[in-house]
Parts: sequence; structure tokens; C-alpha cells
Amino acid sequence: MIQTALIMMGVGIFAGIAGSILGIGGGMIITPILTLGMGLNIKYAIGASIIAVIATSSGSTIAYLRDNVLNLRVAMFLEIATTTGAITGALLTGVLDPKYLYLLFGCLLVFSGWNMYRKLRRGQEVLQRVEPDRIATKLKLNGTYYDKAEMKDVDYQVENVPAGFTVMFGAGVASGLLGIGSGAFKVMAMDTFMKMPLKPSSSTSNLMMGVTAAASATVYFFNGSILPGIAVPMALGILGGAVIGSRVMQILPSRWIRIVFIPIILYIGLQMLFKGLGVHF
Amino acid sequence: MQEKQTATAKEMAQVETIIGRILQVGVIVSAIVMLIGLVIFLVTGQSGYPGSTMPLSMGAILVGTWHLKAYAIMMLGTYCLILTPVLRVVVSIYAFYKERDHLYVAITTLVLFILLFALFIGVHGD
Repeated sequence: MIQTALIMMGVGIFAGIAGSILGIGGGMIITPILTLGMGLNIKYAIGASIIAVIATSSGSTIAYLRDNVLNLRVAMFLEIATTTGAITGALLTGVLDPKYLYLLFGCLLVFSGWNMYRKLRRGQEVLQRVEPDRIATKLKLNGTYYDKAEMKDVDYQVENVPAGFTVMFGAGVASGLLGIGSGAFKVMAMDTFMKMPLKPSSSTSNLMMGVTAAASATVYFFNGSILPGIAVPMALGILGGAVIGSRVMQILPSRWIRIVFIPIILYIGLQMLFKGLGVHF
Repeated sequence: MQEKQTATAKEMAQVETIIGRILQVGVIVSAIVMLIGLVIFLVTGQSGYPGSTMPLSMGAILVGTWHLKAYAIMMLGTYCLILTPVLRVVVSIYAFYKERDHLYVAITTLVLFILLFALFIGVHGD
């Protein structure tokens, strides 16, 4: 029992560090470890991973809010899309074949991975637009963050707000329907579609993930998907890991984060494509 | 114009610090409750409930917590953790209100209502 608790705590610390740096939540790290590694029923793994997402979010945003990397306006505006999406997704369970969603999001993630790779090769992280985007200006979405790696304030502008909003809605549907945290989609919507820099994208995604996950977490909480003996030590580990990870993220060069992010996003994308095509490993 | 912008930035920074602190308290409280539950669980070796069952209603969780049952306290802490993002949204409304940003007071309030609706479905659905 103590052994299980210690293992879960260790897994949590790892997932918390990785999740908070990348803005993806611990779900995709937690689920395979619990199902494949510990032979846990998928129902409990999903319950645990939803708690993991909230723990990553809450643990890491504590540091972000003080450090001014996160964009609160972008978060709240896009949160309208993800929460309505999450409810829509939950209501569509059993109506919509998840197959198509897997295919659609698999393609999007692979595209996004490719796009990030191009960005990496071009070597520029922040795109300054000459002409400010009308909707973004109206909604006051453009922002500034202090980059600890470059030791300077970075101004950035946000564009393609409708496209970002749509992808966010889709991310919400995916999290409601497929029970995934969909942090990768959120980072993708901000980084690839709205042209936000990676660090604000990642930390804003972290905040949003927690809010979206809270919407579906109560369902899992009251239907018995959350095993306290597993979820609690894991959540405690994640909280600690996320506090560490969010600090580390700020001093890491964006380029490094992107280098780690690309294979992960491609991996999730391909996994979803295969799932959509009915290929199982 | 420049002066007005710096004033806004300063206000925002202040408000963000307040948010940060409230959230910290929320997260730390839920972590402490979870930790107490976990320690009781590990020390006594008992969940307080037969087999692999656990308390699933708010009433059962509160009663169990009163009797210091490990799983009940752990579930209570987990529930507090689930509520921390909701707390964040509530506090953000206050933050935007302080900034006199009516557009974002409206946007964030809308988010809160959607969220409460989702929580309501969660409690009463399946």
C-alpha cells in the first residue's frame, strides 16, 4: 500500500513537471502508466487522469500568475469555447462516433507538429505583425510576457481569433467526448492558429485545462471513477512537480520546449489517427 | 496614453498577485486535506469502507470525514482540488471588475455560468 502510494507520488512528480512545462496536463503520461504499467481499469485511469489535469493546472498556475507569463484574457475568452465544447461533447456521447473525432484531431495534431517543426527551422519564436488584428485588439488579447531565458519583455500579438476559438471548441468537445485533457490541442490553437509565443501558450493552456477539466471532473467524482488510494498520492506528487516544472519552464529557452513538444504532439496525433482508423497495437 | 497604460499594468499586476495568493491558499488547503487522509490511510492501513468501495455522495463524504475515515478525507481533499479552478474563475471576475474591464467581467461571468451548469449536470447526471 505504501509502495503503491510512493510509486503514484513518483509518477505524479514526473507528470507534473512534464505537464506544466509543456502545457499538456498529466493525462497522456498518467493513463498509459496506469493501464499498461499497473493494469488498472481504463475507467479508473480516466478518473485519475482528470484529477491529474486539475492538479497540474492548479499547481503550475500558482507560479504563473505571479510571473506574468499567462494571458488571462485569452484564457477566459477561449474558455467560453472549451467549456461549451466540453458540455456539447458530454451530451454527444453515444450520438457521435468518436472515430471521426479521432481522425479529425489526429490530422490537426500532425499538421500542428509539422507547423511547429517549420517554426523551429526558421528559428524565430515571436512573429511581430505590422498590422494589428482587429478582433484581437478589440478583445484586448495582445500581451506581453517576461521571458526569463532571454531576460527581456516580449510583446506579442494575437491573430486568427475565430480559428483559434473554433479549435478550442473542438478541443472542448474532444475532452468531453473522449475524456482527454486536450492540452495539446489548446497549445496548438494558440501557438499554431493564433500565433502566440510558446510560453504564454503553454501556461495559458495550463490554466484553461484546469477549468475545463473541473467541468467534467464532478461527473467522474460522483460516479466512482476516482480511486482515492491512487488519485490522492498522485495528485500530491503532481502538485509538487507542477510547481517545480512551472519554474523550470520559465528559464528554459522556448526552442528547447518546442523540440520536446514536437515528437509528443506527433505521437499523440498519430496515435489518434490509428485509433480513428481502427488500428490497435 | 503611456501613463494610462502603465497604470493599468500596475493595477493588473496587483490584482494578479491577489488572485495568485487566493489560489495558493485554495490549492494548499486541498493538498493538506488530501495529505491528512493519505497519512491516516497509510498508518491505519484501512480505507474506512468495506472492500474497494468509497463514499460517493457529499453527505457520505462529510459524515466519513467527521469519523476520520481515510477515504472520506481523501475524497474531500480531491473535491476541494476539483473546485480550485472554479475558484480561479470567480476570483478573475473580481479582478476584471477591479480593473473596470466590463467586457471581461461579462466574459468571465459567462464562463462561470457555463461551468456551474456543467457542475450541475455532473452532480445530477448519471
